[in-house]
Amino acid sequence: MIMKKYFPFIVLLLGAAFVFNTLRVPEQPTGSFNLTGFGRLPVLVNGRIKPLDTVARTSLLAMQGRQRVSTPEISQAFVQSPIEWLADILFAPNKADTYPVFKIESSEVLDLVGLSAADTKIQYDSSAKRFMAVLGFLPSTKSRFSFNQLQPKLAEIERQAQLAESVEPAVRTPFQKQIAHLREVMVLYQRLKHSLQLPDSPSFLTEVTTFQNALPAGVAAVRARQKGEAHDEPAFKAMLEMARRYEIMEKFAYLLAIPPADNEPSLTAWSNTGQALLETFATGSVNPTVMAYATLGHTWRSGQPAQFNEIVQLYRTQLTKRFTVPLEKSDLETRFNAAEPFYSSMTLYAYAFLLAIFSWLKWPEALGRSAYYLVLIAFTLTTAGILTRMWLEGRPPVTNLYSSALFVGWGSVGLCLILEKIYRNAIGSVAAGMIGFATLLIAHHLSLTGDTLEMMRAVLDSNFWLATHVVVVTAGYAATFLAGFLAIIYVVRGLLTKSLDTVTADALTRMVYGIVCFATLFSLIGTVLGGIWADQSWGRFWGWDPKENGALIIVLWNAIILHCRWGGLVKQRGLMSLAIFGNIVTSWSWFGVNMLGVGLHSYGFMDSAFVWLVAFVSSQLVIIGLASLPLNLWRSFRTQNTAS
Amino acid sequence: MSDFIRQSRDFFVSIRLTVVLLIMSMILVFAATLAQVELGVWGVQQKYFHSFFVMQEIPHTGITVPAFPGGYLIGGLLLINLLAAHIYRFKLEWRKSGIQLTHAGLILLLVGELLTGLLAEESLMRIDEGQTKHYSESYRQYELALLDLTNPSYNEVVAIPETVLAETGTIQHPQLPFKVKIKDYFPNASLQRRSQAPGTPAARATAGIGPSIAVIPLPLNPKESEGNLPATFVELAGTEGSLGTWLVSPALGQPQTVVYQGHTWEITLRLRRYYQTHTVKLLNFTHEKYAGTDIPKNFASRIQLTTDNQSEDREVLIYMNNPLRYAGLTYYQAGFENNDRTSILQVVRNPNWILPYIACLMMGLGLLIQFGIHLVNFSRQRSAA
Repeated sequence: MIMKKYFPFIVLLLGAAFVFNTLRVPEQPTGSFNLTGFGRLPVLVNGRIKPLDTVARTSLLAMQGRQRVSTPEISQAFVQSPIEWLADILFAPNKADTYPVFKIESSEVLDLVGLSAADTKIQYDSSAKRFMAVLGFLPSTKSRFSFNQLQPKLAEIERQAQLAESVEPAVRTPFQKQIAHLREVMVLYQRLKHSLQLPDSPSFLTEVTTFQNALPAGVAAVRARQKGEAHDEPAFKAMLEMARRYEIMEKFAYLLAIPPADNEPSLTAWSNTGQALLETFATGSVNPTVMAYATLGHTWRSGQPAQFNEIVQLYRTQLTKRFTVPLEKSDLETRFNAAEPFYSSMTLYAYAFLLAIFSWLKWPEALGRSAYYLVLIAFTLTTAGILTRMWLEGRPPVTNLYSSALFVGWGSVGLCLILEKIYRNAIGSVAAGMIGFATLLIAHHLSLTGDTLEMMRAVLDSNFWLATHVVVVTAGYAATFLAGFLAIIYVVRGLLTKSLDTVTADALTRMVYGIVCFATLFSLIGTVLGGIWADQSWGRFWGWDPKENGALIIVLWNAIILHCRWGGLVKQRGLMSLAIFGNIVTSWSWFGVNMLGVGLHSYGFMDSAFVWLVAFVSSQLVIIGLASLPLNLWRSFRTQNTAS
Repeated sequence: MSDFIRQSRDFFVSIRLTVVLLIMSMILVFAATLAQVELGVWGVQQKYFHSFFVMQEIPHTGITVPAFPGGYLIGGLLLINLLAAHIYRFKLEWRKSGIQLTHAGLILLLVGELLTGLLAEESLMRIDEGQTKHYSESYRQYELALLDLTNPSYNEVVAIPETVLAETGTIQHPQLPFKVKIKDYFPNASLQRRSQAPGTPAARATAGIGPSIAVIPLPLNPKESEGNLPATFVELAGTEGSLGTWLVSPALGQPQTVVYQGHTWEITLRLRRYYQTHTVKLLNFTHEKYAGTDIPKNFASRIQLTTDNQSEDREVLIYMNNPLRYAGLTYYQAGFENNDRTSILQVVRNPNWILPYIACLMMGLGLLIQFGIHLVNFSRQRSAA
């Protein structure tokens, strides 16, 4: 029984050690490339100064839905980290072109790009793996392909994508969606390749140095020709060719990697390498940052880690003069990326859920407490993650659909912790584990579209209202979901197990009722605050916009539950069914209205999540159906009846 | 008390009615949200919320029947239910104060929304850089305007609203030297040159450009974004008889004029104008984007606000989330066009804008009190147990 006594503390320690391990900075082996330092270098992309590390991760997520660059055939990954992949695509594109980073699942698209069954079949290197593949435990076909594999069909991909894009996004077929997406990420890939050097240049450092040296003679030749005087024709031609090349770069470069000049007052006036090189014609000398990146490329290709690391260090020192805060943010963001706090929390929530479930069967005290500890650790971690995002963005917690998923989970788990503190019956922990895990999973899928720290569109650019209306409404969503999930626990336990005794059933009823009260308060105040924002900003309190209507429906539904309860129209099971229907109402308002694509609020445009929404709604309807089964089919109540 | 009165009292004070009405409002809101894809926000408001019944056409028959109670009916019944229940069960008790306050707030909110629906006016001011305007225009209502152009420093305007045009008939206005006879009015019509539309009925217009134009009536388009272009046939009649019949429509580019008793009159059908006692001059419009992207960061209009009596003459910056409130009007940045040289300001007059604020305060406070009482009781019970 000693084991039982100390079990919660062991779990607490293990959980803490697990989190600690993710926060640890891996040591840099001597004589290797300082990729962490490289990944922290800031660039401006999509209106935000962010570290290269973030660019690497979000680009990989957009292209292939994961950060690891590997193929099932080889157990070793192609690169050790996303930033190493980015270094390759920026500096050694020939190598990067062989990595499978374009995810194609549609067989029609595969066919179009000329990939046959032979190309997609996985040749496992071990017979054990081959056996597992036959059984279906391992995939038997590849879904990620390299640029080199797609290159022969670039023109056809372009043509098909243009055809697809003439169709409105909402009504595109799966094929059209995939081909348009493929083209989009291939453009991103090509633009990355043109960001710091020209991919066709054998050595960009040599090219830029030659350009620098040829510049005085070249400019003289151009000027002489303009005046109609005798001039050095080859020098003139060379200048023209350089200008042509850098115009291509100016057009395609994805990263705004060159910080503004010292005399430029705006800290966001970054330019891309092409622009900086074209400015050379006016300034007479190549921008030092262009030079620094070209040298980094050279040392990367020729395998000179010491020089590479020194240049990273020098460039960084150079930046600290004006960009102290952006550098601090870049550093923290890189740490945040590497620690993946939301991923760790997901794991912890899953374990907490299992422990809490088992606590209903055995060791209620020890397992229940262990689950509570894990939820507490995960909650602390998500809190830290959300706070980090808030500091990086300089915004309140909810700014887009992704962050709303984080916040709904956070709010629900927070309420669960309070419930668990009061009732100590592991119900709070089960709900926390379930909702925490589910919302983080939703958030993960929402993050696949790119960087989740987006700039706010002008209409929404108001920290005050984002901090009040959006936060309160989202807390209302969180509470409504929690009430629904607590009700599901009631139905499942009551129907399938004998564990729902009168005490537990009453406790659950009080919990659901309390949370519905909380949900009513928050959704009502949040909705009304939205109205006040609308009135303040555009002189109209209520516009019947779909998202407003969605929030209103949640308020109405919570009011219905409370009135049914107060009027005695429902008892325990009725209350539970109503609360579960609340899940449907909330999911509609959260995701459903975004699929309509009308109104001021439809900025969070969604696509394929519709299937998931339908599946979720159906599952809730099934549970409501189960909840209305006659009492003699409920294992918990049947036992009680026979006992009494 | 007679059975009937008792029964109806029990009906109107019952909480079942509340629940049923709440469920119906939920269905109404949900259906209206879906319908927005088809009808647009304005169409939905008219059909679902500012109506007693949602009228639906039986497919292929052209017969419309009430399909579901509309916003006014459900809202009105909720209001009666709420008032009746509270009057009937009213007790001055601390324990109930939260609930009473919440419901009183709700009553105020419903009444406020009704008043807004009846009283609020929304219009647009489309203004180019450097331009000065002292009126805004309706989104969708038109008016027949007769302008006396004789005096070069100002125009006398007589405007006849769309609702009057739709009734047709003869109008005699003291400022007009002639009678205006509305011969026909089409809320939406397409105009074509007669030479390009053979086989259309003979022209009804006898003056202006009308005789060479064919009018093809169209059904009303409910979507706000797509709009309607009305057309009307107007006969002007002086003391000595008809001056002619004009076809008037905003689709006609050129203004049409008529000279009568030495005065030149212009006759146009234009978006209804709301004149103010102040002018707005757009000094400049800015459209900021985030560095290296097309994501809009801000839209701002710098305007000069001048009152007619010169008591005020100042610069104001109107930008996103920061409207100008002046003289009971709210000017807010609604859009832009014409390569960032034209700013579109929405102008809202909502005399009862304060009601929702009070209602919200009451409801929020009421719920806080109510659930606070619950919470205190709950923790007392637990600490006692």
